[in-house]
Amino acid sequence: MAACMSANRSENAFSANDLVPEWAQEEVSTGTTIMAVEFDGGVVIGADSRTTTGAYIANRVTDKLTPIHDHIFCCRSGSAADTQAVADAVTYQLGFHSIELDEPPLVQTAANLFKQMCYRYREELMAGIIVAGWDKRKGGQVYTVPMGGMIVRQPVSVGGSGSSYIYGFMDSNYKPGMTKEECLHFCTQALTLAMERDGSSGGVARLAAITEDGVERRVVLGNQLPKFSNV
Amino acid sequence: MLEESTESEWQSEVKTGTTIIAVEFNGGVVLGSDSRVSAGETVVNRVMNKLSLLHDKIYCALSGSAADAQTIAEMVNYQLDVHSIEIGEDPQVRSAATLVKNISYKYKEELSAHLIVAGWDRRGGGQVFVTLNGLLSRQPFAVGGSGSSYVYGFVDAEYQKGMSKEDCQQFVVNTISLAMSRDGSSGGVAYLVTIDEKGAEEKCILGNELPTFYDQ
Repeated sequence: MAACMSANRSENAFSANDLVPEWAQEEVSTGTTIMAVEFDGGVVIGADSRTTTGAYIANRVTDKLTPIHDHIFCCRSGSAADTQAVADAVTYQLGFHSIELDEPPLVQTAANLFKQMCYRYREELMAGIIVAGWDKRKGGQVYTVPMGGMIVRQPVSVGGSGSSYIYGFMDSNYKPGMTKEECLHFCTQALTLAMERDGSSGGVARLAAITEDGVERRVVLGNQLPKFSNV
Repeated sequence: MLEESTESEWQSEVKTGTTIIAVEFNGGVVLGSDSRVSAGETVVNRVMNKLSLLHDKIYCALSGSAADAQTIAEMVNYQLDVHSIEIGEDPQVRSAATLVKNISYKYKEELSAHLIVAGWDRRGGGQVFVTLNGLLSRQPFAVGGSGSSYVYGFVDAEYQKGMSKEDCQQFVVNTISLAMSRDGSSGGVAYLVTIDEKGAEEKCILGNELPTFYDQ
């Protein structure tokens, strides 16, 4: 009986803490769309730019593409705090490892560091991460580390809440052997479609192309995104 | 047979976790659906036709709870028969959709089914109506069911206004195929119904004849 009473009280119009607005009591989430595509010579990664706390958009120009090393990036989805903390920890570990090795680290190493942390703390974390980059041994690689902490290499991967809506588009439009420009165009289109349908994704489309020569970043503003006939 | 089945199978509601789609073209509509009916993890029917006849040139696509959806379709079929005799001619698609909407809205707390109504009539040509949660809205195309989430991006990108009948049929088959390969609750064969001035043509496309995409 006591349990029922307290449950009812929390649904009252007047919440216990009236000093803080309701959206500030929600967790900050990168409800999101992220993706990464391999091509011969590198990878293209992309993300939207919306961070939400409940229904409020806390940041409409977020950068979810985080550098882990010179040629390795990660795309973050899930809880903003969790993914930032994990990314910082892996950046430190990878930097140290690279100095020990005296050569640039492998993308697979970075991805496995993410996996170890995400798997060990799987009950506490809410983080879906895509690790992508270029190294001398295997060229462009994309590894996905979804919630739960598994790891798998895929030629193309999407993640985040908006990803559900673009699986069909990805399956039908991805072709192996695309060039860098084709990959950038594919990512822009996919992100646009997801941002149109997913309330937690939006803002601008951030893209980056990682090759042996380095990282080239691009931003596609809202009004420059491709238009589809019925939206 | 009964002793072998587990408890959970009989306790889960039978759902048409599904993919359904309907598209207008100049002169008619094309409806498509998968054929999987699941109760929990078990597939209880792998060849169910979810495209239900409401009248000669009006069909509806079923999704959600199988029982609820079938019952709504049967009720509206009866009401439309009576209505078309009263007015002495073929009913309008909008009338059929309104009848579905009225039931969906009145019993929205008890029902859990979403029907897409599509057909051809003399006044408006090919029309597609959505009746989700008791609203009524006409759209150039509509997708529904659990598998629809995965193909929103695809249909947004690929749909063009003014497609021909054959283009629409190909569009519907591609969409269903993509959704079936991503959604665990959709699968089996694809059913297609093309409705135009001349009547309704039903077609069934078997699993191995469906289009395949890069990872299949």
